[in-house]
Amino acid sequence: MSGPDFLVHSTEDTVGVVVVETVTAGNDLTGLIMDKDESVTIKAVDDIPLGHKVAMNAISNGDTIIKYGHDIGKAVADIPVGGHAHTQNIKTKKW
Amino acid sequence: MSDLGFTGWRRENGRVGIRNHVIILPLDDLSNAACEAVANNIKGTIALPHHYGRLQFGEDLELHFRTLIGTGCNANVAAVVVIGIEPKWTKIITDGIAKTGKPVEGFSIEQNGDISTIASASRKAKEYVQWASELQREEAGMDELWVSVKCGESDTTSGLASNPTVGNFIDKVNPLGTYTCFGETSEITGAELVCAERAKDEETKAKFLKTWNAYNDFIMECKTDDLNDSQPTKGNIEGGLTTIEEKAFGNLEKIGKKTSYIDVLEPAEAPSKGAGLYFMDTSSAAAECVTLQAAAGFVVHLFPTGQGNIIGNPIEPVLKLTANPRTVRTMGEHVDLDVTGILSGDMNLDEAGDALIDITLRTCNGRLTAAEALGHREFVMTKLYRSA
Repeated sequence: MSGPDFLVHSTEDTVGVVVVETVTAGNDLTGLIMDKDESVTIKAVDDIPLGHKVAMNAISNGDTIIKYGHDIGKAVADIPVGGHAHTQNIKTKKW
Repeated sequence: MSDLGFTGWRRENGRVGIRNHVIILPLDDLSNAACEAVANNIKGTIALPHHYGRLQFGEDLELHFRTLIGTGCNANVAAVVVIGIEPKWTKIITDGIAKTGKPVEGFSIEQNGDISTIASASRKAKEYVQWASELQREEAGMDELWVSVKCGESDTTSGLASNPTVGNFIDKVNPLGTYTCFGETSEITGAELVCAERAKDEETKAKFLKTWNAYNDFIMECKTDDLNDSQPTKGNIEGGLTTIEEKAFGNLEKIGKKTSYIDVLEPAEAPSKGAGLYFMDTSSAAAECVTLQAAAGFVVHLFPTGQGNIIGNPIEPVLKLTANPRTVRTMGEHVDLDVTGILSGDMNLDEAGDALIDITLRTCNGRLTAAEALGHREFVMTKLYRSA
């Protein structure tokens, strides 16, 4: 069996991390939620490079992004489920 | 686990080193040329050129001296030749190193010139390197091992796998009495309250938060934007890290799940509270951080990377691990341990931690790290502010 396409640190997380080198818009992705060891599936709506994040649910502009079960910043644009979540739509709350 | 150990050189003060360097240490920028000439004359010695040491004052000068003295005191160093432009500050360094009992001698250039200084220092360096070459390794226990950790050019694979591998290492060696150290004050930003809770008691927690707040105040004072060109770095962003908070939670994976830190150290300050995990106030720039940790006495460094930071250090071997398959494929010559199997489901964290213990002890026993074989010797002094 091949490994997961993306990994999610915690059940509460609103983003997962792509761990395969090629994800193309339209791909059906299989993910692993690590703290529960549960599988989840999502359809990618963008091309997403290795190591980049995929939105686990629809995220609205201004929403807090959760990863590791913690606040890692805020959305500055709407992100659809399966969308590429990165610097174009997420910013730090710190600096 | 109880039968783990390594071989190293037990120094005059009882500390154990895993390398047997004779270093040629400049007090200041002006003395780099003479030090490099001595190291060229006498095979088996290394010069540690750097950029500073003139007109520094106050806390910045104290840090300069502490870093140079600590570098000379490191157990990976058998003997030290110090060269400075003038004798008085040179003597501060040699006196500090001499407290360990190891051979050290200082030379100064004023009223001698480079050529005469290089001749005298070369004779001493030759004596030291021949003496050191006959010193023998001895058996040592895990409670004699000092390990520092710091990650670099991190990406999301760092937080998923290579940093947790280091954390697994720390959770396993901490009960064995190993000294460990993490730092990178600015890179805890976003996870500072979670990190504070990992202190062993309220006093240590308060010391950590005071240190983090001071660093954050300095960033807020000097910044001209949201640091989106610096923290995360361009490499971090290429690797999928978006914010400092995300980077910080990944970074913190390096200290494991159950180990508490027992003290907060100044930059280059040697631990004084016995075995355990220490936090050191450092920059998050790789060479600055590792130079400070080496100056505090750590003898082997674990360096998880995502996108492929290639740093080494002249006296403290830097061992690289990565979980990024593209980094393994495109720059594998820099990688000592490949933990990509964690992401593909072919390796679990416990197995990765054991593999890291194995390669760390092999490195202690003499295996050259990738950075050593490739000649990486980044020695970078931390400067706190402008000179007078």
